[in-house]
Parts: sequence; structure tokens; C-alpha cells
Amino acid sequence: MRRSARIKDHWGEQRLFVGRILFALVGLIMLMGLVGARLFWLQIIKHSYYAELSQGNRVRTDPLPPDRGVIYDRNGTVIAENLPAYQLELTPELVAQVPETLQRLVDIHLLEPEQVPALDRLIKSSRPFQSIPLRLSLSEEEIGRFAVHQHEFRGVEIATRLARWYPFGPSAVHALGYVGAISDEDLKHIDRDDYAGSSQIGKIGLEASYESVLHGVAGYRQVVVNAQGKRVERVGNEFIQLETKPAHAGNDLYLALDMKVQKVAEAALGNHRGAVVAIDPNNGDVIALASTPTYDANLFTRGISTKDYSQLRDDPDKPLLNRALRGAYPPGSTVKPMMALAGLEFGVIDPKATRLCQGVYTLPGSSHPYRDWKKNGHGSVDMSRAIATSCDVYFYGLAQVLGIDRIHDTMSKLGFGTNTGIDIGGERPGLMPSPEWKKKTYKQAWFPGETIIVGIGQGYLLATPLQLAHAVAVIATHGKSFKPRLVTAERDASTGKINPHEPEKMAEVTLNEPQYWDDIIKGMVAVTEAGGTAFGPLRGATYKIAAKTGTAQVFSLGTRDNDNHGNALPERLRNHALFIAFAPADDPKLAIAVFIENGGHGGTVAAPIAKHIFDAFLLGKYDEAPVADVKPEAGVEEPR
Amino acid sequence: MLFEEDQLSATRRTLSASSRIMRRLHLDGPLLACVGVVIIYGLFVLYSATGQNFGQWANQLERLGLALFTLLILAQIPPAWLKRLTPVIYGLGVLLLIAVALVGTSSKGAQRWLNLGLFRFQPSEMMKLGVPMMCAWYLRERPLPPSVRDLLTLGVIVLVPTALIAKQPDLGTAILIAAAGFSVIFLAGLSIWVLVSGIAVTGAAVPVAWHFMHDYQKQRIITFLDPSRDALGAGYHTIQSQIAIGSGGLFGKGWTHGSQAQLEFLPERSTDFIFAVIGEELGFLGQMLLLLLYLLVIARILYMASEAQDTYARLMCGSLGLTFFVYAFVNTGMVSGILPVVGVPLPLVSYGGTSMVTLLAGFGILMSLYRHRKLVGS
Repeated sequence: MRRSARIKDHWGEQRLFVGRILFALVGLIMLMGLVGARLFWLQIIKHSYYAELSQGNRVRTDPLPPDRGVIYDRNGTVIAENLPAYQLELTPELVAQVPETLQRLVDIHLLEPEQVPALDRLIKSSRPFQSIPLRLSLSEEEIGRFAVHQHEFRGVEIATRLARWYPFGPSAVHALGYVGAISDEDLKHIDRDDYAGSSQIGKIGLEASYESVLHGVAGYRQVVVNAQGKRVERVGNEFIQLETKPAHAGNDLYLALDMKVQKVAEAALGNHRGAVVAIDPNNGDVIALASTPTYDANLFTRGISTKDYSQLRDDPDKPLLNRALRGAYPPGSTVKPMMALAGLEFGVIDPKATRLCQGVYTLPGSSHPYRDWKKNGHGSVDMSRAIATSCDVYFYGLAQVLGIDRIHDTMSKLGFGTNTGIDIGGERPGLMPSPEWKKKTYKQAWFPGETIIVGIGQGYLLATPLQLAHAVAVIATHGKSFKPRLVTAERDASTGKINPHEPEKMAEVTLNEPQYWDDIIKGMVAVTEAGGTAFGPLRGATYKIAAKTGTAQVFSLGTRDNDNHGNALPERLRNHALFIAFAPADDPKLAIAVFIENGGHGGTVAAPIAKHIFDAFLLGKYDEAPVADVKPEAGVEEPR
Repeated sequence: MLFEEDQLSATRRTLSASSRIMRRLHLDGPLLACVGVVIIYGLFVLYSATGQNFGQWANQLERLGLALFTLLILAQIPPAWLKRLTPVIYGLGVLLLIAVALVGTSSKGAQRWLNLGLFRFQPSEMMKLGVPMMCAWYLRERPLPPSVRDLLTLGVIVLVPTALIAKQPDLGTAILIAAAGFSVIFLAGLSIWVLVSGIAVTGAAVPVAWHFMHDYQKQRIITFLDPSRDALGAGYHTIQSQIAIGSGGLFGKGWTHGSQAQLEFLPERSTDFIFAVIGEELGFLGQMLLLLLYLLVIARILYMASEAQDTYARLMCGSLGLTFFVYAFVNTGMVSGILPVVGVPLPLVSYGGTSMVTLLAGFGILMSLYRHRKLVGS
């Protein structure tokens, strides 16, 4: 060895090395101290902060959506309930790439490409920790398909939720409305805490107007979850007990609607485009409210496909249009009893006084002929006969004598030109014209000729079937007026108590002489008797009906010889058929308005439908056999 | 009295017998005891950290057996052999690293493994010992502190394998290997001024290094500086780890009761982030206990190094001690959020055989160097 030469070096190096070791030891103890200080900071000083974060990590608050209130008809039949459905849900905070995840769901055919933009918007405007339904109702096959791919979709889950179900499907859909998936638009109007966990909201009809009553109050349940967001029942060996606040179900609704009568009304309307409104004149209860064609509300609750929706939207028969509330049409001759009422009230006619009808009417100082539907006229008619035979010339003259202002006055009292205030949204007020209205709208003066045609329910005058039914109800009760209503009672979900809603009285229509009511009702009864325009179709009724037929012109043929154009015209240009009635005439229980779009003649087409409904409601004859599609024969004169 | 004396002498006899066996096997009792306590503590934590998975736990026990066997074998190799083999081991290591770069197997996007048919082998692991051995070997006959020329040569010895490993890419191991080589140079008496200027140059080199870094490496550093920037992505590890530690408090939530660990909010809970499990379940005290045990291990190694009789043994032993510290510091620093996330396991505790075998192999070499001293004056 090189011992002799290296001894000094050896010790020098030894000292150097020990010095380095000590230097390193000091350094590493300081660095260890740094880690220790960091741990002290995290665990002792910031402990409560991190303890809370850790708690937030593992505890998830799951919303408990309330059960939506059930809807019953007047006989206690369920017409809207909740059934379990499998729903595809996404929790935004667990999904790193939302658009990409949605695209992959499209790839496995669980979403349609058209849905993606709307869902993306919805997710962006939602809270990150609340799950959002992507699909409301999955089929068994779709559940299976998702199960195969589930591991690729962190933050997407299948959940069982209650979904709305309408056992009657398309029946009464225009009254009930439907619920649908909550959209980003809906999110702007609702309290999100209340809708946490809810996937549906009332979109239209009763479901929308009674949303706050039906929805209920959401609760929540705290659960422990692992990092994958899966619920765990215990940590280690300990079971977990956390806070729970139960949801409060929404209130149940009891409707005035009688589904048996409703079904009869819909069957009677058959393939026609039209509407029926039937009201109990004594309290405003809407017994039936139908608009055809109809559609299945369940399509919407289960998440309607783009294809189905565009098919409904683009259907030329407009099934989505609620004709009963939103269809404003010329009422035609159904206004004649009301014209007569105005004439009596303002003292311009005597019910007994007769007028000669020769089939044509001209204004003084004018040669323009206003023709009667009956070419040769009705001869000498009093007020009652004029109503019964729907004599146009009588009412041309009456309108001319009354003038538009007085017509406006009486008709407005009967509800024309204003919403009835029924408890579902979307109602339209129709149009009760006046010279002020015309000046405002067209900047033109009112022409006398325009008053003449208002006298037979034509011209600017427009009314909805609901308004007509309401007006008939007012006549039936000699001026008593109730706001039409669908909901008659609410069942409080927490107490189980049924709270009836009082019928809502509106301003009573008072006349100078109450006798005038009887005078016009006498004319309306005559309509259904021999010689009346509705005698044939209503023959065989075991109760007395007061009614009026109407045939409203869609297409003006100008100074035509005869407005009976029956099948000669394209279907969409044919006359609308109308019919208003109440029965029994001496003790009114039901007031009806029937409207058939391009149906032809009111007496032959619309009146039999009303009779079916009367038979069902008054006699319990629920014969749903559809009425034969009566077509007027060409060349035969038809009353208005 | 008689009986007590008998018992005392019996105890003494047993002790001296066991110390004779230790000496015969060239093992160091105090180091083995300290390491044993850390390993047992680690197994205790690991059972909880694997989610009470007995299978994984038994696996680890099996690897531990293999590692202890390696330690035992290496301790028997005379230091002269080790010295002679050093250049061979180092040279082979560099060749294998090149082979990995050319034909290696990828795992998790990094090419680290060499498939030898029977088993997969990680040459970088071998270099954790090979590099400091080579540095010590190079300096064994040279006067210390090393000359500038020596320093340049040493720089090449360290940087070639480091660069190859960093390229795989495995930043964690590259750092550890560079640290191991550097620790030898430091212990050899590198001038403090060179050290300070070295640090300055490194600081200046950061922008250059940034340019050559992989995106995921850049991401880790960005995330380290601001974890909340990417709370569900790269920052997730750091955030969840700090939540786990912080929520543990002084005494922890109790063994197997850490919600962060048991509900898997904490990623890599049984491997790189097991220190956070200790923090969550056993609290500040549990973590400080481990740090203290580590210090005891390091202190014993450094003591053994100071007792070494030649330059090679001294530098090698000292380097093993400092490297062990670097392991512990980088891991605990990363888990507690004072260092960026690099894939370094917690020494003797993390689940995984490779790190355990390498560490105990190092201790085997250490014990060989220490126990084969010529005991002057005994």
C-alpha cells in the first residue's frame, strides 16, 4: 500500500469528509424541518379548512325531488299520474369534456345529434354538481347498451325517476297540457333549489298554470360518495348516518272535467278539425274541453324526438293548436239570439212585431244587396221565428237600427272581445269590433255596411269556442256569470285535506226587463223544434234544448246568389259549422259550444255532436259511436 | 439473586450470540433495526392504503423477502470485488439504457423497461447504485478535493445516464440518479464556491431546460405552481393529497378511517402518495414519527460512512445516506406540496418491488463495506 506517503492525506481527507457529512446532516435536518413545518401548517394550522374540504369531497347532497301532484277528473278518475322511468343523467362537475361526452353518446345512439346543442346550453347554465337529465325515458334495450359502455362515461348515470304519465294519452290534452324536460329557458324562471332533482316541468295547459301547486317542495339527502361519485354505504366498518330532509309532494288537483263526457265529445268530433267546450252554467265548471286533432301528451313527458315534434308542428291540421281557447273564428248566426237581446234591451224591437223577409236587404239610399241564405225569403217573421229559422234579413235590419255601439255594448257584457279568465293560459280574446277599434287599427271610419254583417256574426267579429260557451252559459242562467274553471278542488299533500275552490262569480249581466231572457230563450228553443234549423239533427232528445246554429263564411264569394257552396269548394274554403246550446232549457245544467273548422253547416254537422254530449252528461249515455260525417248536398239551401 | 444473575448473563449471552451472527453475516444491527422498524411501519400503513387489500399486502411481503435476500447476498461480497466490478456494472448499465431507448417496452407512455423474456428489468434502477459507485471508484485513488479535470470527468459519468433516463422520460429517477452522483462529488470535497456557482448556472439553465421538457413535465411544474388551475386534471393529485394530510390533524382519522384514501379521492394512494395516507389516518404525529425514523436511518448510515477506511467506501456509504435522504425529501415534499409532482416512491413504504429491492441492495453494499473493515486495535 501507499501508506507512508498517504497518511497525512488520509487524515486530511477523513477530516474533510466528516466536515462534509456534518454539513450535509445540518442541511438535511433543515430540509426535513421544512417538510415538518409544512405538515404543521397543513395539519395543525389549516386543519379545519382541509377537514371541511375532505368532508365536502365525500359528502354529496342528493336532491329528493317531490312527487308531482296527481290530477283527477270530477269522478275521481286519474288523468295524470307519475310512473317510474329510467333516465340518463349527467353530472357536469364529474365530466371533463362535456361536448365530447355528448358526442360519444350520439355515437352509441343514445342521443340524437339535434339534441346536442340544446343539452350543451342546458349544461352550461346549470349548476355543476346537479345532475341533468339527458334522456327522460330509456328503453330496456337502451339501458343495456349504456351498461356496456358505462365505464367510458364517468359522470353519466342511469337513474330511476318518476315521470309523468297520462293514462288517457291524447284525450283532454288541450286542457291538461303536458310536462316536458326543463330547458335552459325554464331555468331562468324557476328557483333552482326547488327543482334540484326534478327533470320535468309543466309546459302548457293545467300542468303549466298550476305548476307551483303540482310541483311540491324538494328535499335532500346527504350521502357519502367515493371519488368515482358512487354512493358508499360505509367507510371502513362504520355505516354512515347523515342528514335527510324529505321532499313534500305537490298537491293533487280535482277537475271539473268529466273524462267520460270528454271522450264522448272527442269521439263525436271524430276526424273533424274543431273544438267543443261544455260548461256547467251554474258554477263555470268546464265539463269538457276538446280540440281536434289531438296528440299524445306522453310523447312530451318521455322527451319528444325532433322528428315527432316537427311532424306535429308541420301538420297542416295543426294538432298543437288549442282551438277551444286560441281559435278565433267568426261566430256566424250563433250571435243572433244575442243581437235580439240587444234589440230588446235597447227597446228597438218588440218580440211580437213581425218583419217581412223577401230574401234581400238593402241599406236606405244604397243599392248594395245583403242577401238572405234563403233566396226567396222567410216571409213575415217575428223575433222568435227569426231566431228559429235564422232569418238574415231580420237581423240585418236589427243591426242597422241598433248601430255598432249598442251591439258592442251588449256583446261585450256577454264576454265577447275579452278573455274569459279560464284557469289555463294561452286564451285569446277574439275581437268585438267598434268604430274606435277600427280607427286605431286601420285608421278608417266605420262604414254602416260593416254593422249589417256583424248582425249575422260576420265581418270583423271573432270569438273563440270558449267565449261562445261562456256566453251561452250566461244566457242560460239569465245573466249569472261564472269564470270558466277546470280545477274545482285541491288536495293538500301534507294534511290530506281536500280544499274545494269556490266558483268565481263575475259581474252579473242585468237587463231592464228580466223577461227579455225568456224571450230570446223561447227563440232558441224554437230552433230545436219543428221548423227550426236544428230540428232534424236533435230529434229524439228527451230534454228540451235551447240552441242556435251557425254557418260562418270563410271565403267571400262577393255578391253571390247563394252562399251555399257545399262540396263545390276546396275543403279549406268551406264554411265553418257552429252550434251553441244549453239544456234542459228550463233548468240549465250544461251549456255547449261546438265549432267545426270548414265543417259546412252548423245544424247538420255541429248540432249532432252537441246532442251526444248532452246525452252523455244529462242521461249518462256514453255512446261513443262517432257521428256520421254529414256532408251537405249540393244545391240545397242551408241556413246560416 | 442467583437466578437474576443467571438471567442477566443468559441475556448477555443471547445478545453476544446474535451480534456474532450479525458479524458473521456482515450485517449491521442498528441499521437493520432502524430499517426494520420503518418497513414494519410501512407494511402497517400499506394494508390500509391498499384499501385493506390482503392480496396486495402479501405481494409486498413477498417482494420484501426478495429485497432482504438481495441485501444478505450483497453484504457477503467483499469490497474489493465490488470495487473491481464497479466499472463493469456502470458500463453495462449505460449499455442497457441505450438498449431501452432502442428496444424498450413502454408503460404509461414512458419507455423504461427491458423485456428479458422471464422478467422485465428496469436498467435505470440499477444505475441508482451504479452511478455513485462509479463516481466513488473514479475518485478512489485521486487526491481530494477533486481537481477541475476530475470534476468534468465526473460530470460526464453522472450526466450520460441521467440524460438517457430523462429522455425515457422518467424525470423522477433522473433527478435521483443525478443527486446520487452529485452527493459523491459533494462528499469528495467539492469547493463551496463551485457549488454556489453550480446552483447559479442551474438557475440560469432553467429556461433552456424548459425548452427541452416534455409537455407533461411542463404541465407538472405549472400545476405545482398553481394546482387549482387544473383541479380535476394534473392538479388533482396535489390538491387531494393536501386535503388528505390537512384533514388528518394532529392524531389523524384513525388507521383505515381516512375518507380521502379509502374512498379513493387520493390518487396513487398505495404508491407515490402513501405519505398522504399516513398524514390522513395517523396525523401529524404519524408523519413526524416516520420522518424521525428516516433521520435515524440516515444518521446511522452517515456514521457508518465516517467510520469507513478508504475513499471508495466512504464516498459510497455517504452517498447512499444522502441519496436515501433525497428519496425521502423529494417524496414527502411532493406529497405535502412544497415540491412539484415527480414519480418518486416513499422509501421503504410505498407499494412496489423495484424501489424496495434497490434500496435494500444499497444497504447490502453499505453493510459489506462497513463490516469488511480491518478492525484496527481489536
